[in-house]
Amino acid sequence: MLLPPGLAVLGALALFSLFLASQGVNPLEAYGLIWLGAFGTWFSWQNTLVRAAPLLLTGLCVALPAQLGLLIIGGEGAFVLGALAAVAVGLPLDAAGWNANLVLVLMAVCGIAAGGALIAFCGLLRIRRGVNETISSLLLAYIAIAVMNQIVAGPMRDPNSLNRPSTPTLPSEIMIGDIGNTSIHWGLVFGLVACLAAYVCVYFTKFGFAARIVGGNARAGRVVGLPVERMILAFCCAAGGAAGLAGMVEVAAVQGAVSADIATGVGYTGILVAFLARMNPLAIIPIAVLLGGLDAAGGLLQQRLGLPDATMLVFRGVLFVALLSAEGLQGRLTRFLPGAA
Amino acid sequence: MAGDALGWWGVPLAVAAGAVRVSTPFLFVSLGEVVTETAGRINLGLEGTLVMGAMSGYAVSYVSGSPWLGVLAAGVVGALLGALHAAICSLPKVNDIAVGIALLLFGTGAAFFLGTPFVAPQAPNLPSIPLGFWSGLPQIQAALQINALFFIGVAAAPALAWMLRNTGVGLMLRMVGDNAEAARAMGYSPLTVRLWATVFGGFMAGVGGSFLSLYYPGSWSEGLSSGQGIIAVALVIFARWRPIHCLWASLLFGGAGALGPALQSVGVTGFYYLLNAAPYILTLTIMIIACSPDRTLAGAPSELSITK
Repeated sequence: MLLPPGLAVLGALALFSLFLASQGVNPLEAYGLIWLGAFGTWFSWQNTLVRAAPLLLTGLCVALPAQLGLLIIGGEGAFVLGALAAVAVGLPLDAAGWNANLVLVLMAVCGIAAGGALIAFCGLLRIRRGVNETISSLLLAYIAIAVMNQIVAGPMRDPNSLNRPSTPTLPSEIMIGDIGNTSIHWGLVFGLVACLAAYVCVYFTKFGFAARIVGGNARAGRVVGLPVERMILAFCCAAGGAAGLAGMVEVAAVQGAVSADIATGVGYTGILVAFLARMNPLAIIPIAVLLGGLDAAGGLLQQRLGLPDATMLVFRGVLFVALLSAEGLQGRLTRFLPGAA
Repeated sequence: MAGDALGWWGVPLAVAAGAVRVSTPFLFVSLGEVVTETAGRINLGLEGTLVMGAMSGYAVSYVSGSPWLGVLAAGVVGALLGALHAAICSLPKVNDIAVGIALLLFGTGAAFFLGTPFVAPQAPNLPSIPLGFWSGLPQIQAALQINALFFIGVAAAPALAWMLRNTGVGLMLRMVGDNAEAARAMGYSPLTVRLWATVFGGFMAGVGGSFLSLYYPGSWSEGLSSGQGIIAVALVIFARWRPIHCLWASLLFGGAGALGPALQSVGVTGFYYLLNAAPYILTLTIMIIACSPDRTLAGAPSELSITK
């Protein structure tokens, strides 16, 4: 069970070492820095956890539909729409003098609804028209980002943002605060709770069991009378809702306003998180922390070794390729074990 | 633009010219993907291949001074990425869509990393053929500056259609894509056939990428491709796996992509971002119309995971 991800990480480390060496960088020095930047100090731990927070939710955006055998890769679009919806609701309600906590709850609800609607649309297209959800979700992500840019440049533009269009900044009372004395915001808790809830739902409820039956064999699911279509919609909606919530947290805890910078790529990193976690919502938690750490360490690598920003993108790509190869190789290895079919 | 001799007539002209200019990468990626998908495999990683091809083509053109050498290098790099995709897919229990997503992320990451030194310098670009010499209007002259790669792509479409229909190689590709068991019984190895089909698809996508960096827009930057590779994969489904239809579809998508800049040049800037998203909206709309829940698409290779 743990073998393929373990093998993949080792294989990816080895391949990435070769890559670093070919760039004239000592791999051991680079790994030392990655460790330091990700988990070496309390400061880097806080940085890591802040970066892990959205990955927990965007990882769920891939892992939940995967229970039904759907591959959704448009989490970035749901993320962006969630952020936009949160600001669109938060600013006028706060200006109207509503209670700040109530406004925050409504912002979260609208973020979830916006993201959920986008991914549910992918599910609907799959059910009604047989459109492949992988392609449609990615196209919708591009469209959602264009819609966001259009709205930020037009109706929701802050007149003071001159060169880079941006929405007005959220006032501090409707920002999500930090936990105690740390620099970690409460959004991390949302992610952890969502992962735990998804884990319980998938593995310990009748609904989750039914979903895994459908994922194993949709026709068998239909034969035993499961409402496959409705389940697809529910899971897609929950998945998009998770990514939308991540967008709301990003804008209300980190960036404060929506601009083109909101599309940071966490939706795409979530794909890798979910695959490394083998689509298990509980396993998403450690994996998101691991990848959050890699993100956090990127800055240090850039400063100390002069490696470009994209270094961590390469490492992620290598890791992903190694993971899929390891899963395939495992099939080949176990074939030779006694008792294997 | 004030003093424009054509006025609003410039819009359809710019769209038509843009269709030719923007469609070339679509055309190359989709023609390559037709062959890959005919053999029963889908490569979603072509987006990464396109970006990698754009970067390596630009880098080689800058270092060697020859843009055509850059095109070749881009094709070779694309072919290598295709071989990687095929090699991983040859392992048992591996989902080709997942491998495609992995290579999409890997290709873009590697291209951004390796391409950092080439963001600033200007590499020699591909020459274009001035077919508008007869006209006095500068817009028409500009519109008829057509790149040689476009003509190569246009020639490749009927050539591939003929190859798939009439040759032994084409028959073998189609058989592997329609019924791998039958192909195996005939003594062909589906994995080997798919390997070469994916390598070819990667080569074409790499060449398509080099067009982006070496002709239009004509320089290397990280924002060079935003989903052209994915659109091209969807376009193959719309074209029903027929190379000639890929040509028409590419022109259509190219025209959609050129609509935003064309309207902007006559002063319509209100919906700049939405107009730039026109190709995605068009792709999605077409997929919604073209697909059907209860029957397989006409002309779809039956071993293809995306239509099962």
